[in-house]
Parts: sequence; structure tokens; C-alpha cells
Amino acid sequence: MSVAKPLPHDAAKLHVTGAARYVDDIPTPRGTLHLAFGQSEIAHGEIQSIDLTEVRRSSGVTAVLTADDLPFDNDVSPSAHDEPLLAEGSVHYVGQPIFLVIATSHLLARKAARLAKIEYLEKPSLLSIDDALAANSRFEEGPRIYQKGNATNAIKQADHTIEGVIEMGAQEHFYLEGQAALALPQEGSDMVVHSSTQHPTEIQHKVAEALGVPMNAVRVEVRRMGGGFGGKESQGNALAVACAVSARATGQPCKMRYDRDDDMIITGKRHDFRIKYKAGFDAHGRVSGVDFIQYARCGWAQDLSLPVADRAMLHSDNAYLLENARIESHRLKTNTQSATAYRGFGGPQGMLGIERVMDHVAHALGMDPLAVRRANYYADLPAENAGASGGSLTGKMKSQTTPYGMEVTDFILHEMTGALAKAADYETRRLAIAKWNAQNPILKKGIALTPVKFGISFTLTHLNQAGALVHVYSDGSVHLNHGGTEMGQGLFLKVAQVAATRFGIDVSAVKITATDTGKVPNTSATAASSGSDLNGMAVKAACDTIRARLIDFLVGHFGVAQEAIVFDNDEVRIGDKALAFADVAKLAYENRISLSATGFYKTPKVAWDRIKGEGRPFFYFSYGASVSEVVIDTLTGENRILRTDILHDAGASLNPALDIGQVEGAYVQGAGWLTMEELVWDDKGTLRTHAPSTYKIPACSDRPDIFNVSLWDRSNPEETIYRSKAVGEPPFMHGISALMALSDAIASCGESYPSLDAPATPERVLKTVERVKHGI
Amino acid sequence: MSRSIDIKLRVNGENVSATVPARLNLVDFLREELCLTGSHVGCEHGVCGACTLTVDGDTVRGCLMLAAQANGKEITTIEGLADSGQSTALQAAFTKRNALQCGFCTPGMLASALGYVNAGGAADRDAIRQHISGNYCRCTGYQSIVDAICDVIEETRT
Repeated sequence: MSVAKPLPHDAAKLHVTGAARYVDDIPTPRGTLHLAFGQSEIAHGEIQSIDLTEVRRSSGVTAVLTADDLPFDNDVSPSAHDEPLLAEGSVHYVGQPIFLVIATSHLLARKAARLAKIEYLEKPSLLSIDDALAANSRFEEGPRIYQKGNATNAIKQADHTIEGVIEMGAQEHFYLEGQAALALPQEGSDMVVHSSTQHPTEIQHKVAEALGVPMNAVRVEVRRMGGGFGGKESQGNALAVACAVSARATGQPCKMRYDRDDDMIITGKRHDFRIKYKAGFDAHGRVSGVDFIQYARCGWAQDLSLPVADRAMLHSDNAYLLENARIESHRLKTNTQSATAYRGFGGPQGMLGIERVMDHVAHALGMDPLAVRRANYYADLPAENAGASGGSLTGKMKSQTTPYGMEVTDFILHEMTGALAKAADYETRRLAIAKWNAQNPILKKGIALTPVKFGISFTLTHLNQAGALVHVYSDGSVHLNHGGTEMGQGLFLKVAQVAATRFGIDVSAVKITATDTGKVPNTSATAASSGSDLNGMAVKAACDTIRARLIDFLVGHFGVAQEAIVFDNDEVRIGDKALAFADVAKLAYENRISLSATGFYKTPKVAWDRIKGEGRPFFYFSYGASVSEVVIDTLTGENRILRTDILHDAGASLNPALDIGQVEGAYVQGAGWLTMEELVWDDKGTLRTHAPSTYKIPACSDRPDIFNVSLWDRSNPEETIYRSKAVGEPPFMHGISALMALSDAIASCGESYPSLDAPATPERVLKTVERVKHGI
Repeated sequence: MSRSIDIKLRVNGENVSATVPARLNLVDFLREELCLTGSHVGCEHGVCGACTLTVDGDTVRGCLMLAAQANGKEITTIEGLADSGQSTALQAAFTKRNALQCGFCTPGMLASALGYVNAGGAADRDAIRQHISGNYCRCTGYQSIVDAICDVIEETRT
């Protein structure tokens, strides 16, 4: 069996020799032209005039396009058709593309793009959450509200209450490979596009609209991305469409890649959030009611903000059974980059809200935050229960639902938390830290254990589908294709392991091929952690169709029973006979058996009403827990993560090596979001941190000194691909334990609650230490 | 500004002569003129490390050096490291340890790691972490990369 083996990444050999090709590495035909956007210099206003004379005169410039030059659809939005490729009359953020330069080189295009003379009638800009609230500038008519029980009454009647607010900053994806696309005009009006995108079908759709052709005239191919993290779900549309319209206008191939500064200035980021909370609880820390108001800064266009904000609401319970909860969500429209998908898709923000509440409750009661967390957990799935979330309950289990009415029947965090606390020696270390803090006036340590429960499925139910195409050639080699894209996560290998297992062959006999809208149509983005779940099942279906044909054929040909046929170890055993898989393929071909099949999968059981906030948005939940220990310098705010232990639920892992890699990387990225990655806009709306010189992502020296990651290797109760679980996003939220550990360290400086905002940069840690020291 | 300069250098063991714009970056020259696309462009101002390569045995940022400055020098890119077998042990360790995901940082990371190993660096995790802190990886969390470099040092010295 190929599944469950810790095989190395399929492209590792190409990566370590520099032979792996990204979009910008594809050899281009002679005459390929290069593109750059001319960008808005103001955050909001009307364009009075555009003088492009100097741009057109600039060396190497072939053509310059504005909105007026686009004969068909001028839109790159993934949702609300509110995002022109090139501005039409008005501009809504600093960096918004206004015109498009087509030149003979990347540098000449960029140079020319700076030479425009644009006159604006500047209008007041809304940059912050407060600006947008004051102007009632928002998406949707008003806030969305999900509720269960009566939070207001429960809080009123509670023995104890807290209230507070937490601010959490945005985050740049910082995929190492910037956005890139290449369009190659074909005969007739066809177009081939290579794009660094998580969503080839959407690129195809937007390019077709922009060219005024049906989708069948556009083929999009994606071999790999140099990182995605959600930042290439919709943000690649602009480059691909720009390349396609330019290629159509000039008749020549066109390529565009964003320089890092352009990339950070133009593209959307993680939504920054403010969450206000009130909670009522008893003397044991059991929360009886909680009220959240979530404010999401969405930027200028709708993009994916509605489902992101929905998912924040859907994770405001995290691992806790809340009998009375009210969640109000405001999706605010501002004159900044259009915030977009980013690993966790709002889940991390929502989850941080309730984790802050648990930490605050514990502080108010003088309890260990872990004890408060465990007192509020959902109940574990009984050991004998084979059911799953949303499924039927056994008699032994009391009904427990999320604030949106979904039964939680697969909970395992009590057991996981116990195992992690023991393995990480949480109790002993917590005592040792208290002692250490009492003896050390300058450096203070902190520790926190936080859980993760993350819902798996696209909340837009129809996206939970996938297709695959599998060919077996007459020499027994297999060609594999599906709708998922590879961005480093190892999806292609996991799915190839599935195919190899279905045919009982070695994974080396399976050729992994680039995602291609001409092979598998109408795909969903590789997002929502769903890649392996959806595409693994679709590939299994395709392989099983071919297998069934082979079995039928072999039964007739050799006169054996179906049960006598086994695919294993590169062989097909047919009763007491064994043939190499390659020989079976050849024999089947010669007997005119079709060896090619498509496969299709749709996730069962999901049904969700996002307006009412009711139903079952998720097929199942992924779980995990982490402990972080930190140290801070109370005189400078400088801080370090000393040790992190993570126990993560990947179901029956398809590939433990890949999954552990995902967990390690996700934690570091999550801790980066909450500790050091700070995006700063000035009062004119210009992003001042638009390169790694000013925006700090974690380097190797920033990761924990001690870093222990284990998988909770237990089958998913739901029927997923080989009972595995999705692993892309859930471990990102282990980063929350780093922030809570910092809060714990700061709390040792005085009596008052730290109320630590994120990112907890040294500056913010120092300010918070000062506040706590002075009892404010 | 538009001045061109004639340069002669060795790239991956081969003699190269070219006339280059004075302001052309070394990494752009390698990628665009010589089609050596293994050196990646990440930030173009010397922070991310994706374009790291070897010049006369020193580890250098390909985006912070001009092609003109490479005149008379010996340049080794990831392709050259692989072909010559210099990085064989690191390649195997990076593969085995799953020390890459999207792979975009890998060529630069290998060049930095090789610099450390060749300079006689110890299998000391702290020292390795400091050494490769100039090479960003957004995927792995670095754990497996440090493991891989440690493996190579321990294997070659025992």
C-alpha cells in the first residue's frame, strides 16, 4: 500500500537541482512581451485626466492599455463583479491598477509605468475600522448575526462577567514566488494561460469573459506554485487577464510577474479584525453566555470577504460548548487592498476571539487557563462511537451543538489535550515558570496550551466537488490528473499515493501531471484544506472505474471469481496465477478494454444556510492542541518562543512526512501572524511595509528552540479518503498558543489583565508590560 | 545608464562572454540570458535569499550583485552544484527530511547550507539556524531544513 507511507515530495529531486519550473521559468517564445500596471497614488478619488505620453515614449514600450481599450469584460472579481482590471473613472486604494504597460522587458515595463501624469480629484478615504463604522461603509446591508440560546440573559444572570476587545492585524501571504502569469495566443481566438494560481477554473472563466470568448476557448495550466496560502485563490486573476488581453491586443505572448513591492502593494491580505466580547461565567470558569461583535476590515472590493467573515463566526466557539452565544459580524468596506483568502480563511480570527475570552476568564478567577478551557470543552466522542459530526448520536452521548446548530459528535480534544499536557510536561513546567518569574525581575516566562477545532468543507456547499482523469497506458504506466493544484503542500503526491494503492502499483509508476482545465473542468479552488479530501476521492473513483473494467475482463478471460482478483505489489493476482500490472494493461488493451476514466466526487451530508446561520456547513472537524513557552524582556519587549509541542489530528494520515511538514510550517506562519508580522498603512492609505526589508516573516532563528510535533494518528469517523483528515489550514491556529503564552508572561508583571493585541511585536509587548506594571 | 559592458566569466564550469547593460543584476543575467532559472527571484533587494548562489566560493545574493561585477569570476548556480556533485549529500538529505515544500527557496537554501558545511560548520542546531536565517522559507517552519543540514554534517564527519 502506497498510502500512509512517509514518502518524500514528488518534486523534491527537481527542487534540489533547480530543475522545477515555475511560471517565470517556462521558456517563452521569441517576441514575448512583458507587462506592468500603472497604479493609483491616492486611496480614493476621481481620475480627472490621464496623460500617458511619456509612458508611451519610454524605451521598449509596445502599447499602453486603459479601461477604454478593453473591448469586453473589465473585471477580475471572484464574486461580486466589483473589481475592474483597470480603474474606470474612480480609484479606491493606493496601488489600484489604472493602466497597463506592454513592453519588451519586465524592467522597461515597470520603469515606463512610473511616467504617467494623472490628475485626481481626491475624496476622503476610509482607512480604518473606525472610519468605516463612522461612515457605515460595509458589504451586505447590515451585520450578520448567528445565535444560540440567549446570551444577553445568560451574561446578566452569571456570577461573574468580563468584557474586552482584541485587535488582530492583517497578514501578508509572502509566498516566496510572487504572482505570475503567461498567456500564449493560439490559432483562431483560443488562448493558453500558465498561471501561478490555486484556482485555474476561475482564471479560465475570467480570461474568457475578458476576451469575449466561451470558456472552451481558454485553457489554463498550473504545474506548481511557489507557495499560495490563499493568496493565489483570487489574486492571480488580474495578471492572467492582463496577459490575455495584452496577448490578444498585440498578437504576441505576454508575461507578467509582480515585483515584490508591487505584489504587496496591489494584492489583498488576511483581514484584520477587531473583536469585542462579553462573557458570563461561574466560579469554575464555566462560560454560560458569550457575546461577540466581530469587525472585519475588508478593503475596497468584496472578493471573498463574505465567506471569510462567515468562517470567523463559525469558529467563534472553537472547542467550547456554548449554550448561549451571540455573534454579530460587520464586513467593513475601506479604501485599502481588498482583503482576501489566507490560510484559515477567517477561522483564525474567530478562534482567537474565544481563546482570548478563555484566557481572560481564567485571569479573572486566578485559574490556570487550561483548566478553564477544559471545563468548557465539548464532550469527547465516546470510544465506541463510530459516528461523526452531524451524524446520529449514540444513546450515551448528550446532544451538543455549535452556535450554528451543527451536532458535534467527533470531538476528541479531552483525550488529545491530556496526552499533549503529559508529553509536554505542562503542569510541572507551569509551576517551574511561576517560580522562575518570582526570582527574575527582568526576564519573564509564560506558557499556554490552546486547542484547535476546525471545520472542514467549503461553506459554499456547491464548491465541495472534484473531478479526476486517469489513463492507464498499455505498458502499465499511469497518467494522473485532477482539479487540485500543487503549491508545495504535497497534494499531488498524496493523490498519486491513492492511485498507486488502487492499482497495487508503486507510486513511481504514476505520472503526476499539471492541473489543466482542458483535462478536468469546472473545478473548485485548491482551498479550504480540501485538496486531498476532494481530489483523492475523485481519483479513487476514476481508478476504481478502470479497476472494475479490468476485473470484469479478467473474470471472463480467465474464468475466475471476482474475489480471486487482487491488485498488489505491482501484480494482479488472478486466482493462483499472477501477472505483472503492465502485462494486464497490455492484455486488456489487446482485448479492447477502455483504460481511461474520469472520476467525480461530491462531499456528502453538508447543507448550510449562511443567512440564517443554521445547518451543517462542515463534513467533519479537524483537531489539535499546542503548548508554547516564551520568554520576554520586560525592559525592551523583545521575546522568544523557547519551546513548542504540538499534537495534531490528521486522521489516518495519507503521508505522515508531508503532514508533519504542514503542521510545522503552519505553526511558524501562525505564530508569525500573531507575534512579528506587522502591516502598517500611513494616514494616506499607503502601505509602508511592502517588502521583507520592512515586513518581517519568521526566519529560521525565530522558530522555537525546541519544537516537537506529533500526529494523532486515528481514523476519521467520516468516510474520507482512506479515513484521513484535511491538514492545510487547521495547524495554522496552533500559533495562538504563542500569543497566549506571551499574555501569560506579561500577566506575571502585575495584577491587571494584559489584553494583549496582535501582532505582539516587541513594541506592543513593552507597552502592555508597562500597562500591567502600572495596574491599568 | 544605458551603457553596456563586456564581461567574461565562468558559469558552472563553462566560459561565458557577454555584453550586458551596466545595471543588469547577476541573477537576471543568469535567468534571462543563460536560462539558468534555478536561481529564483523573491524580493530583489537582498532579504529573502531565494537567489543565493556561489561566486568564487563565497555565498552571494544574485540580486545584490551586478552582472558586470561578475567579470572574471567563477559563478556556481544550483544547476552547477547539482551537475558537479558538490551538493549531492545535501540534496539527498533535503529530500529525505522533506526539507522543502513549494521548493522556491530550496536552491538558495542549499547554496547557503553548502557554504556552512564547506566552511566546516558544526552540527550545532543553533549555529545552523543563525547561518540560514538570511534565507526565508514560508512553508516548512525550518525544522526539517535544520535536520537535513545536521544529517549531512554528522554523516560526513563520522
